[in-house]
Amino acid sequence: MTITRLTRGFGAALGLAAVLASAPMQAQTLRFGLAEDPDVLDPTLARTFVGRIVFAALCDKLFDIDEKLAIVPQLAQSYAWSPDGKALTIKVRPGVTFHDGEKLDAAAVKFNIERHKTMAGSNRRGELALVTGVDVVDPMTARLNLSAPFSPLLAQLADRAGMMVSPKAAQAAGDKFGANPVCSGPFKFVERVAQDKIVLERYPGYWNKSQIFLEKVIYLPIVDATVRLANLKSGQLDFIERMAPSDVAALKTDSRFKISKITEIGYQGITMNVGKSELAKTNPIGRDPRVREAFELALDRDGIVQVVMEGEATVGNQWVAPDNPYYAKNVPIPKRDVARAKALLAEAGVPNPTVTLMTPTTSDAQKIAQVVQAMVKDAGFDVKIQSTEFATSLDLADKGQYEAYVLAWSGRADPDGNVYSFDACKQPLNYAGYCKQEIDDLLNKSRTAGDLAERKKAYDQIAAVVLKDRPIVYLFHRHWLWAYTAKLSGLRTIPDGLVRVQGLKFN
Amino acid sequence: MATLALEVLPREASPGRRAFVRLSRRRAAMAGLVVVVFFVALALLAPFVAPYDPLQTSWSAIRKAPSAAHWFGTDEIGRDVLSRVIYGARASLLAGLVSVCIALSFGVPIGLLAGYAGRWSDALISRMTDAMLATPFLILAIALAAFLGPSLTNAMIAIGISATPIFIRLTRAQVLSVKVEDYVEAARAVGNSHLRIAVRHILPNVVPPLIVQATLAIAAAVIAEASLSFLGLGQQPPAPSWGSMLNTAKNYVENAPWMAVWPGVSIFLLVLSFNLLGDGLRDALDPRHA
Amino acid sequence: MSSFLTRRLATIVPTLLFVTMLIFGLQQLLPGDPAVVLAGEDRDPNVVAYLQQKLHLDQPLPIRYLYWLGGVLRGDLGESLRMQKPVTALIAEKLPVTLELAAIAIVIALVIGIPAGIVSAIAKGTAWDYAANAVALWGLSTPNFWLGIMMILLFSVSLGWLPASGYVSPFEDWRGNLAAMIMPAFVLGNAIAAVLMRHTRSAMLQVLSSDYVRTARAKGLDERVVVLKHALRNAMTPIITLGALELGTLLSGAVLTEQVFTIPGFGKLIVDAVFNRDYAVVQGVVLFTATAYIALNLLADIAYFLVNPRLRG
Repeated sequence: MTITRLTRGFGAALGLAAVLASAPMQAQTLRFGLAEDPDVLDPTLARTFVGRIVFAALCDKLFDIDEKLAIVPQLAQSYAWSPDGKALTIKVRPGVTFHDGEKLDAAAVKFNIERHKTMAGSNRRGELALVTGVDVVDPMTARLNLSAPFSPLLAQLADRAGMMVSPKAAQAAGDKFGANPVCSGPFKFVERVAQDKIVLERYPGYWNKSQIFLEKVIYLPIVDATVRLANLKSGQLDFIERMAPSDVAALKTDSRFKISKITEIGYQGITMNVGKSELAKTNPIGRDPRVREAFELALDRDGIVQVVMEGEATVGNQWVAPDNPYYAKNVPIPKRDVARAKALLAEAGVPNPTVTLMTPTTSDAQKIAQVVQAMVKDAGFDVKIQSTEFATSLDLADKGQYEAYVLAWSGRADPDGNVYSFDACKQPLNYAGYCKQEIDDLLNKSRTAGDLAERKKAYDQIAAVVLKDRPIVYLFHRHWLWAYTAKLSGLRTIPDGLVRVQGLKFN
Repeated sequence: MATLALEVLPREASPGRRAFVRLSRRRAAMAGLVVVVFFVALALLAPFVAPYDPLQTSWSAIRKAPSAAHWFGTDEIGRDVLSRVIYGARASLLAGLVSVCIALSFGVPIGLLAGYAGRWSDALISRMTDAMLATPFLILAIALAAFLGPSLTNAMIAIGISATPIFIRLTRAQVLSVKVEDYVEAARAVGNSHLRIAVRHILPNVVPPLIVQATLAIAAAVIAEASLSFLGLGQQPPAPSWGSMLNTAKNYVENAPWMAVWPGVSIFLLVLSFNLLGDGLRDALDPRHA
Repeated sequence: MSSFLTRRLATIVPTLLFVTMLIFGLQQLLPGDPAVVLAGEDRDPNVVAYLQQKLHLDQPLPIRYLYWLGGVLRGDLGESLRMQKPVTALIAEKLPVTLELAAIAIVIALVIGIPAGIVSAIAKGTAWDYAANAVALWGLSTPNFWLGIMMILLFSVSLGWLPASGYVSPFEDWRGNLAAMIMPAFVLGNAIAAVLMRHTRSAMLQVLSSDYVRTARAKGLDERVVVLKHALRNAMTPIITLGALELGTLLSGAVLTEQVFTIPGFGKLIVDAVFNRDYAVVQGVVLFTATAYIALNLLADIAYFLVNPRLRG
């Protein structure tokens, strides 16, 4: 009996010591304010940007990107392209387990890629269109076979298409997997109340656990930026994304909080109907590239950024930002030149063209439209703002029932994601209706070439033509604005706008 | 024979005149009327009264606090808030008046039909009215406005249609109570056509409660327009409307509160005045409620 | 009584049917392809086609209506395509939140409205009457979303007393729950307090001048006893029935209040669903609300009928 007492006493002492030792770890819960409510938490079906923020903590992927948009390995330990570029061999990182304890191996990779390709309603099919199949070379090596070389593939695998879910859980749950996702990220799913919160807690078996300092992450969707900020200031949130630019100045003076920012990989622009429907022929801005050039020359991009974004954006004239390695230096940002704009309009024979600018009812789009309207008036344009609900505007754009459309794109790590679907003939996002064989050829070249220099050459050539035809007039690239408590450190600012939890900790 | 207590006014004064005198005695209602007239005048005379063009942007004067140059300050792209508030009165008044006109022009005839014709048409109309009333008003308005597209005109139509069932119900109830009065039966007996009876005998009795309800409905319609604009449906920028100004202002509540305060105060004053007026009319037209 | 009941029940079915047709028609006629909206940014044509097929968008409108109606009769209100969750589950999740908000709002409305109405009726024509009227009119005239924003500015941002948004379950933290609910409930209850005040006032005035109360006064009873015991009790009936009917106003008000304060309730659910073209959710929620409204109306009528012997005859 004394032995049991002794053991119990010893155990209690150990327990106490453990509690005391772990005391500094208390309250390592990150309450994160999202700008929208994510859609379904299934990497195969997911369609929203904000869902990817949650995935950053929930689901690891084969690759990730870093601050310079370079591909770094995550679940894949290493990779190698075949000489003809039609096969990608991936060595799977050993020792990785899913949240249900199942192991990650080449068979799991195969399962996931096939799931992305074949599941009903999958949003990844287009991304993996050129992948014909996956071979299991050995238990920890998988080979993806492609029908043609495709350089953007690595970037796709650094996003949802590269996310690996537990095959056992996915098979058991079928299409209800999103209600209870089982992935391999640093945090596992606990619960979700739609439009209210998503709760994740630390997965002790994570392969990179030395980098994880938080115990719990709670994502709270709060659509109104003012309210989101108010929550941060009142202490109910520790972190908010997409802070409103107008709030930056005031928060900078508050020492309780820090602000981090980086230029996005997306862009804000105005799409012109140059060939999507008959309207392209009847309206001067659609049928005459000189009119579009005049429109662009009448814009003062710095002014737009100043007024609309309070300076929290980088001016741009291409689908990638000026500091991006793929930016075509041969087509620099034009300066405002109202005189030349007027001359071009006179040359085109339409000194006072009328343009109907379809504008979604979001606050940014409305501001851009109003500022643009005022600016191009100086050159003689009469812009009519047509406010349209976002859902309706997509429909109208698809049917070509518009002349100009204020539309943003959230951006993809690989430049192909910012240009192919928009400028290649008949692609789903080609609302402009732009179609030129030489551009299609160049775009294909940019996708199949494996060498950075070769791809860059192709993009330079594309830029020279497309930026002269102007199916899209690019305006600027926003800054991602994150605000968080000064007690938090370790944030990496990466241009895709996602917040990685590795390294984040409370001091 | 004891002298009967006579009314202060001569007996020949029409019911309308008597009602107006009663109304004029109520100070609150008169105050409301004055404010309403003030806003109407402001709306009509806007081009002469507003110090700046409400659409004139100015990059150098963004979100400036109220000052001598801009009494109400400027907004997020440098427009004068006072001028926008003045011009915004047009949109709000229009929204209030037109929606209610739409509701009246559909509601009263349908209500008359239901109350007077009775039986099957009444049953059908009543069920459909019940269905519309069972759907929350704002939801119906949002769905209609989303369906028609975001604009002031469509918001007015949406609010008007959503408000119609109230007038149908009201008209119908009045018709039902008046229908059985002796003078109506007498008119029938004499051989008047239904239409004549409806217009000459029934309608005048329906008018007083309709006026009251219409005035109160205008107040509700102004708020409804502001609500729809707040959600992004309704008057779209750059055209000024108090509701859409509030929608933009909510993003700047901390660093430019004047953008939210003045349109909100204007809505409040206008709606309050219509409410006061409506209350006064209710008391004036039906002394029992005084 | 039973004939009254059967007559009323007979009207409910066609009314509900009309409600379904109304909201279904409106939804389906909204411009913009929901499949496109739901397909997300990439607009993958495969996904669009899959969603169109899932939503039966290739079928004509009446067929789609029958599909949906058939589901409803089986208790299946469909599924939210955006959140992959059955509408019934969403309703079960959100309803308690809005109900709690509405309940607290009604309590606030009662606490403000009824005393104001009593005071106004008793002290008719005096400054108290005007003050009470001012309170009522204030409630009716202020746009609730503006009031909400102003309150957040004052109590959350400037003073830091109350949270700006969000919702905590009362079972988790009842204090946090109340702190989060008090502002939105006040904003919501404001307008109803006004309506309640007016009805209390007119009901009280009617009763106060009636024979019944004059008799009590003549008997020499204390004024307060007269008011509280007799007048208030009689004035309660129309007030109670009114409470049931204010459900529509409550829900309309909740829509905007929940937007401003980010409360995950019914109102927010519906507005988001309309903008996301999440048909099933809008249809299901509106049907549910309409049924509740009609049921409450029926109960109110029955209560009124039972309480008021004069109608029974």
